[in-house]
Order: sequence, then structure tokens, then C-alpha cells
Amino acid sequence: MIRFVLTRFGLLIPTFIGVTLLTFALIRLVPGDPIELLVGERAISPERHAMYRAQLGLDKPLPVQYGIYISDVLSGNLGRSIVTKTPVLEEFAALFPATIELSVCAIVFAIVIGLPLGVLAAVKRGSVLDYATMGVSLTGYSMPIFWWALLLILLFSVQLGWTPVSGRISVMYYIEPVTGFMLIDTLLSDEPEAFWSALRHLVLPAIALGTIPLAVIARMTRSSMLEVLGEDYIRTARAEGLAPLRVVGLHALRNALIPVITVIGLAVGVLFAGAILTETIFSWPGVGKWLVESVRRRDYPVLQGGVLLVASVVMGVNLIVDLLYGLINPRIRHRR
Amino acid sequence: MSIRSLGVVAATVVAVALASAANAKTFVFCSEGSPEGFNPALYTTGTTFDASSRPLMNRLVAFKLGTTEIAPGEGLATSWTISDDGTEYTFKLREGVKWHSNKSFKPSRDFNADDVLYSFNRQWKPEAQDHGLSGGTYEYFNSMGFPELLKSIEKIDDHTVKFTLTRPEAPFLADLGMDFASIMSKEYSDAMNKAGTPEKIDQDPVGTGPFQLVNYQKDAVIRYKAFADYWGQKPKIDTLVFAITPDAAVAYAKLLAGECHLIPYPNAADLEGMKKNPNLKVMSAPGLNIGYLGFNTEKQPFTDKRVRQALNLAINKPAIIEAVYIGTGQVAKNPIPPIMWSYNDAIEDYPYDPEQAKKLLAEAGYKNGFKTDIWAMPVKRPYNPNARRMAEMIQSDWKAVGVDANIVSFEWGEYLKRTKEGEHQSFMLGWTGDNGDPDNFLYTLLSCDSAKNGINRARWCYKPFDELVIEAKRLTDQGQRADLYEKAQVVFKEEAPWVTIAHSTTYKAMRNAVQGFVIDPFGGHHFDVVDLSE
Repeated sequence: MIRFVLTRFGLLIPTFIGVTLLTFALIRLVPGDPIELLVGERAISPERHAMYRAQLGLDKPLPVQYGIYISDVLSGNLGRSIVTKTPVLEEFAALFPATIELSVCAIVFAIVIGLPLGVLAAVKRGSVLDYATMGVSLTGYSMPIFWWALLLILLFSVQLGWTPVSGRISVMYYIEPVTGFMLIDTLLSDEPEAFWSALRHLVLPAIALGTIPLAVIARMTRSSMLEVLGEDYIRTARAEGLAPLRVVGLHALRNALIPVITVIGLAVGVLFAGAILTETIFSWPGVGKWLVESVRRRDYPVLQGGVLLVASVVMGVNLIVDLLYGLINPRIRHRR
Repeated sequence: MSIRSLGVVAATVVAVALASAANAKTFVFCSEGSPEGFNPALYTTGTTFDASSRPLMNRLVAFKLGTTEIAPGEGLATSWTISDDGTEYTFKLREGVKWHSNKSFKPSRDFNADDVLYSFNRQWKPEAQDHGLSGGTYEYFNSMGFPELLKSIEKIDDHTVKFTLTRPEAPFLADLGMDFASIMSKEYSDAMNKAGTPEKIDQDPVGTGPFQLVNYQKDAVIRYKAFADYWGQKPKIDTLVFAITPDAAVAYAKLLAGECHLIPYPNAADLEGMKKNPNLKVMSAPGLNIGYLGFNTEKQPFTDKRVRQALNLAINKPAIIEAVYIGTGQVAKNPIPPIMWSYNDAIEDYPYDPEQAKKLLAEAGYKNGFKTDIWAMPVKRPYNPNARRMAEMIQSDWKAVGVDANIVSFEWGEYLKRTKEGEHQSFMLGWTGDNGDPDNFLYTLLSCDSAKNGINRARWCYKPFDELVIEAKRLTDQGQRADLYEKAQVVFKEEAPWVTIAHSTTYKAMRNAVQGFVIDPFGGHHFDVVDLSE
């Protein structure tokens, strides 16, 4: 087991080098000078420009810059944003919980709605319900998030007035961040209405972000269920006179869930990508919007540090999952 | 006191408390982005100034709101004298001006000369207190030429400060009204340095302005409260909230839903709908800007003034205003906007006259036209909402007179860099005024000095023009300066280094309840003067 854990940790090293090298190289390959972008039409003298480049360490050869960056990272220093001049880690820590909160709610929404829809569609295969569900989920899957989000806002916030347009909580509340998760922080605060405000603000972004995973989950559940429902043991269970609900809910669904769970795992990547658009539209203060802005302004330290941190979180989660698999299934940890 | 009268008193107290809570006015502004920080000396964007210098701070010199005119005695300096040679400015400072306080700082004294010296020295001298703090690049201070311009800043007494310049510089007063010249507290800096938390000076600032900062949640909300001890006209609202909303369509939805009172940059396409909505009102004002197409006057054939004039004549500007600005702009004939003093209205613009253009081209030896390029910015700017579209229209106009132009574009940073280095033949760009002084357009964008440092991307260095704008810097009398600038505009028009295309109009959309908002030609949003009628 120890050997298995060590191997898994060892594998992180090449991933880490890959991530740092890729972000470092890619942002520098994109044309555009952060200093020019900072000063805009104003233009500065070549001397001052050279001075700023030196201050930011951009005058050194690229391999040297990369070396400095890596040694800084290893000593826990991710640098300061070129634009705001605040430490990257500090900005990330302030924004990341918002992205997690939104993503978790979106995936919960996708599972809670998508799974039963998929099961129903499979059980009622060929019915109107089946076609409707699959048609709608295909539409949901193909819908551009920014457009879908604006439609949701126009209908639910502007026309019906049921939900707020954007933001994380009504501006009337100020909740001191404790965990950074608004739902939890509002519960900890002494303002009970604040929790409801935070929840209402989460509804539309979670729906917008959860729609694509929902569609994927519904379709995957349906096809996986159809396959399982055709298996011999299901026929046997039915023949034994088990209640249909029991057959579907207990015997079929459990086995059908395995590929669905894999899809849900993969959806995390999709969520991060979708979070970028969702956060921009709903003015959600998360890391997606922050990273996009850093690309636009060629804020090298923010992009490098931000991507590295997000990648580390994903790598960490994967590592834990791997280790858990190893614990549960001895075949994985002993396989060569 | 009887139980009964106690009850009456208690009820009154509760009623008063409730009434004041109900009357507490909160104004929500859907700002377009997060500020880069809260020290205006460190940054250059209007978004940052809206969140920092405008609500929180004051400057020695103030502008009359809604104009580009200096309002003498309405800033932190109550009066000033200028020496005859125009190099010494002595300011009398306002007394009794209180500083904000916050969790980590309670001021023990009022604003005084030490604060002025601290604020400027920090930006100027590498050895000064806090110079290197927060990255220490003071972009505006440097780009306005202050390091070369300032000779000394002296404290004469607690309420008198003297600035000595290395040369006469008439726009100096207007420069001191700019955001980078906001006054920050020396006492706060001392306290934070002593406490080992100097970063708070820039992140949790203390100012003398009408509002004080309550808190900022990055990318989400900034909260301010009216400063009870403000020296000037106290704000009519109690709480000011910036709800950061980068998407203009979402900001509009928030305005409709009543989640914000005012949005700063409505989409041009939404304006009609906004004007028809009975709950909303739209204000507009001419912008302090110019969108132009410049020629690289160092490259053939643009070294010939007849070619530049011909290409001016070949462009149908009203069609551009209609298609590119969707009507939200006006045709520009001068390089400075009409709201700026010294604007020469007597100048006649080049008419749209393709025939005359062809004739001039033939005279210059280009009977069969020539091939060239038009550089178009890849981004939307306040002075040009769609450079690509504009380039296409100009391309087709020029085609009609035989000039075959290829449209070129680069990523924005790259575009700025390459145009600065003069790689282009003709290029689009624009400018938004900083201090309301014509010098900030005519000298900054078109002088020989600027041609050297790259900001004059037409690389146009024409002595008769240059002498006029340099002379205008030396005089302090506005009337005399205006004469020189009017003449300079005549020279500019005749020499035609640019095609002046448009001055865009600024629009603000707000709920009907908003009262007293004034559009600032500098692009700022000021909430100390607004009120809510609901």
C-alpha cells in the first residue's frame, strides 16, 4: 500500500512540471505586452518601459524566468498580480470558495434532476416522455451558456421577478467571510434572511451552469439503464415477482450508476470551463472570471498561479479518489 | 418619571429609530468592473478612480462638476498664487478638513501640508516614504511629466505649500485636479508602517472625501458610507454600494429589476428601449474624446500633405457616425472636442468630395491611386465602438478614389506597441482627456516631443504647430493661450496629419428615482451630489 501511495505521489511531479511549463509558455506565446496593456493609449518612453520590464523580471531570458518562477513556487510564493499588485494566493483564496459553491450547487442540481429523468426515460422507453426528455436534454447540451443565462435572467428576474439578476447576495447584507461559502457564512451570521437571499442568488447560476451536466447525466443514465434493463438478472428479478419499483430502483439503477458516476466525475472539468461564462454573466466573484481577466490583461503571475492552484486542486481530488479506489478495490493497487 | 411617560419616551425612541432606518438612503451603482486597487496614484483606469479618488479623496484643485473648468477654492487648496515667470505655485490649504477613520486608525489631526508633501513625494522620489509600496509604479505621475517638471515642493507652514517647477507649465493647475494627485494621509502612513501593515495604506485607504470605505469584496461589492465630518457639501445618500457587473446586458437587467439605480455604460442598441421605459431615464452629454485615423507622416505617400488632404476628402463621415456609432456621436472637425475651451468653431471641415480627392491625388502624382494599409484596433473603446467596421467603411470610401487599402489588426497590446514603433501606414486610435486642458490633446498627441516618445503615432513633427503649443504651455493667461490653440487647430486642419472622425456621446441610464446626477466630461461617476426620490 505504501508503495502504491508513493507511486501515486510520484506521478504528481511530471504533472506539476507539465502544468507550470504549459501555462508559462502559452501565455508568453500569446502576443501582447502586459505593460503596453496597462498604459493603453498613453504610451510610455522606451526607457521607462524597459525599467518596468526589469521590475517585473520580464527582461531575463525565458528559461531563467521559468527557473525563478519554479523556485518561487516551491518556496510558496506565487508572486503578485501585475494589475492589482496584490499577492496571487490572497486573491485566489478570496475567490475560490465562490466557484466551489457554485459548482457544487450546479452538480447537485444536475444530479437531482438528471438522474430521475434518465431513469424515467429508460423505463418509459419510446413514450412521449422519453422523446421529450431526450429532446430537451439535447437542446440543453447544445445551448450556449451565455445565451441560456441571459434568457433565464430575462424570464425569472426581469419578467417574473422571482430571483435576483446577479451577484452572490443582496447588497443590503454584509456577511463577514468565515468559510468563504456564502450559504454557510449566512447561516453562521445573525441574519437568518441573509441565507435565503444567498440561496435565491444561487438558483439561476446553478441552473445555467448545471444544464449541460444535467443533459449529459440524463442521457447517460438512460442509455446505461436501457442496457441494464435488458440483462438476464433483471428479467429474473421481474420473473420472481419483485415490485417494478424495486427492480428498477434497487437492482437496475445500482448497476447502471457506475458509468454515470464516471461521467459526473468528468463533468467537474466541464464545470470549471462553464464557470468562466456563468461567473461573468451573473457577476459571480469566482476564479473563472478572474482567470479570463488575467489572460486579457496578460497578468502573467495571476494566470500562472491561478491555473497552477486550480490544477493542484483537481490533482489533489484525483489523488484522493485514486487512493480511495485503491483502498476499496485491491485489484487496482496490486496491478502492475 | 412615571411608567407611562417612560413608555411614551420608549415608543418615541423606537419610532424615531425606525423612521431613520426607513429614511436611510442606499444608492446602488452597477459598476463595470473591479477597481485595480484603492490608491489612485498607482493606476490609470476610470473604474479605479470611480471607486477610489472620487468618493474617498480630494485634491488641491477641483473641477466644477459637469465641466472641465477649474473651480477655484473648491478643492483642498482655498487659493493659490502663481509667480510672474509661471514657475512657482503657492497654495493656501483648507483648514479643519477631517480624515476618515477605520478599524486600525483614528486620526489625531486635520489635513495639513505634511499630507501634501507625503502624497507627491511618494510618487516622485525613490527614497520617499512608501515609494516602493504596492509595486511603486506611478504611471500617471510619470506620463504627465511630473518627474521632469517638479523642482521642489516645500512646506511654508502647516497650511501653505509651494511647488516650484523647472519650466512654466500652464496646465499644471489642471494636472493637480487629476485623480493621481489625490491627497492621502501622512499620519495614516506613519501608523501603518509602525504597525507593520503598510499595505493597508493602499488597500484600506483613509481620505478626506465625501464617502468612507466600509468594505470591499473582490469582484462583487464595494460599500461606502457618507462621511459625517466631510468638510464640503454632505452627500444626500447614506450608503453607496457598487455592485460590480461587468456585462452590460446584465447591468441593464439589474436596472430593470430595480437592483441598481444607475448603470454607467449602456449598450447603444439598448438605448431606445431604455428611453421608452417609464421607470427609466437616460442622460447624455458630449464626451471629452476624439476618435481619429492618423497617417504615418514619415512614410510615403503620407509625407505629402496633398495625399493626406485627399484622403480626408474621400471619407464620408456622417455615414460612419450612423453605422459605427449608431448615432451616438458627432462628426469631429478638430482634434479637441467642442466642450473644451479654445475649440475653434470657425474651422471648416473637409467636405465629403471624392472628385476633389481624386484631383488632389493626381496632383500629388498618384493619378492611379496606390496601395496602403489601415490599422484597426481589435477592441471597443469609448471613442470608437467598432474600429473594424469603421475600417471597412473607410476602405470602401478610399477604393472609390483609387486607393487600395488593406485592413490590418493585431491583439491590443501588440497594436499599441507596433503603432508606437511606427510600423503602420495609417492607423485608428483615439483619446479621452485627462485634465480638460487643450494641451492634453494638442501637445500630448501632436507635438514633436510626443513624436519622439511614441505617443504621437502619426509621427507628425511640424514646427509651426509645435511652436504654438509649446508657447501656450508657457503662458498662464487662458485668453492668450486660447488664441494660440485656435491658431494651432488651423495649422492642424491644413496639414491634415489625421482624419478627425468623431466625438462620441456619453450615455448614462438610471431609475427615475435618481435625482441630481451630473455627467462628468472626464468620465467619472460622482455620487456625493445624487439623491433618491423614492
